[in-house]
Amino acid sequence: MLGEGIIKGMAVTAKNFLGSYVSEERLTTIQYPEERQVLPEAVRQFPFLVFDGNDAMAGLRCVACQICEKECPPKCIYIEKSKDKKPDYIGKPQLYPATFDIDISVCMSCQICVEVCPFDAIKMDTEFELSTGDRFGGLLVNKQQLAKSNAHYHRIHPTEADEVDGRLAAEKVKAEAKAKADAEAKIKAAAEAKAKAAAAATAPPTAPAAPATPPAPK
Amino acid sequence: MADDLDQIFVTISHSIVGLFPEFWQPVVSAILAIAAIIGVFASLFAVTTVFERKGLGRIQNRYGPNRVGPFGFLQPAADGIKALIKEDVVPRAADKVVHFLAPLAVVVPAFLVYAVLPIGRNMVLVDFDAGVLFFFAIGAATELSVFMAGWSSRNKYSLLGAMRAIAQMISYEIPLILSAVTVIMIVGSLSTTQIVNAQAGYHSIGLPNWFVFTPWGFAGFVLFMIAATAETNRSPFDLPEGESEIIAGYYIEYSGFKFALFFLGEYMGMFAISGLAITLFLGGWHAPLAALEVVPSWMWFFAKLLAIIFVFIWVRGTLPRLRMDQLMNFAWKFMLPMALINIISAAVWHFMVRAGLPGYQCWLVGAAIVAGSYILLGRGLMEGKKIEKRTYRFAE
Repeated sequence: MLGEGIIKGMAVTAKNFLGSYVSEERLTTIQYPEERQVLPEAVRQFPFLVFDGNDAMAGLRCVACQICEKECPPKCIYIEKSKDKKPDYIGKPQLYPATFDIDISVCMSCQICVEVCPFDAIKMDTEFELSTGDRFGGLLVNKQQLAKSNAHYHRIHPTEADEVDGRLAAEKVKAEAKAKADAEAKIKAAAEAKAKAAAAATAPPTAPAAPATPPAPK
Repeated sequence: MADDLDQIFVTISHSIVGLFPEFWQPVVSAILAIAAIIGVFASLFAVTTVFERKGLGRIQNRYGPNRVGPFGFLQPAADGIKALIKEDVVPRAADKVVHFLAPLAVVVPAFLVYAVLPIGRNMVLVDFDAGVLFFFAIGAATELSVFMAGWSSRNKYSLLGAMRAIAQMISYEIPLILSAVTVIMIVGSLSTTQIVNAQAGYHSIGLPNWFVFTPWGFAGFVLFMIAATAETNRSPFDLPEGESEIIAGYYIEYSGFKFALFFLGEYMGMFAISGLAITLFLGGWHAPLAALEVVPSWMWFFAKLLAIIFVFIWVRGTLPRLRMDQLMNFAWKFMLPMALINIISAAVWHFMVRAGLPGYQCWLVGAAIVAGSYILLGRGLMEGKKIEKRTYRFAE
């Protein structure tokens, strides 16, 4: 009959209207500044620079290789290389960024800078309340503002940070082992050279050794 | 005591008027009443906007506005301040004079019609013999102002909105007036106070003597409310301002306080037509039960008004907007014949009551006429229409 559907529809809305006063679960709204949604771990908003240790400027992992600057699709990163070098986490002397600016208003949160960084120096932050009263200076974030500790990284992305730390530690161990091996090889080589020199000094020079047997034909 | 409370505004008005010399008394009395009407209904408008937004929110399982003031009830103040300090943009190509006059032409008639609404016992600004006629005559002026707004803006959307508004308002004006005619036939008067007086008293079973409890009155009330919804451009008949189709319809080129005036006019129209529905069908300011007569009469009027406003909001939260052809079909193929049949039903009722037939017989005959024609007309309206699950060729 005419009007049946209207009655049904009115019943549905009446149920919703009354139900929203009875059960809180119906209300899907989160009262934002007071209540906050628990963000998923993979959430990303804006990049930050990771530093190790306590001194933000000394511990920056960034070596100013400028890969992120080149890869950034909207070109929101600006890097100036330093003139001098400082040791990185392995102890190798590296450049560091004299200037590292990112323009929030241009950044599109694509995470490509993070993907391309070979030093795990730039990561995505979860902070989304980035509004500012100053639309020029306030939107250009400099190195000091971008630098955040590894502990912060662990807090916002625990799984990812553990993986990165493991990788860096493994690299460090490898580098140390290599350095040790190199050092040993060096000592050995030096010793050999010394022995050779000593031998050369005692024995008269001989003709060079005969060439090795050629490899077997296929 | 109850009488004192009932007549409190009347006595206050009389005592204030008494302070003035006799020559000025009619003027002061009129100004007082006008100020009271504007003040009360404008604040009702403010309250309604909050209630509407909160109610719609609850229907959609949201909170609605709850930030400004306690529970968000100061939201209209914030909105009003915002509207006042906004820039008043007038399109360069607009007809400036008409563009300026249109919002005023919306608001003035919307307020004028309150003159004949009996808000309480002895509380009517003008006790006019042709009150209902006056109401419809002034109410029809809204059409002019809507077209003024739509035409003067020189914008295709506003013109489309105005054209739709005119088509819709003229179509629905007919069932609106025809459904009101039944009451005028039965009461034999166009005066709103006499119509209210005719609904005084109670049936033997305890029901009040309101016209809505008669078959023709019930059908008339439903028809009147549907037509009133269309007349005030409220959802589901909000085609003239359909946001998803023509942005804001005829007031697309209005900003700031002029826009707020359109809004005010629209809500004033809604309250006025609800007030007329109360006067015609819901017994005006009479209490629904004899035991509740102690509550002041003006409170009953406003209680009924708020109830009708709630239904308006409820309908708005439920029904989707009609299509233009559905709107017109509904008006001309269902509302108009139904209103005409209802007039016959009222006439039959009138003669049966006069012939002294028992109440239940009158009721049965009236109900048979109304319900039978409703079912048949409904079938006619649905004829040839197959309601089936819609399939989409490319979307699935």
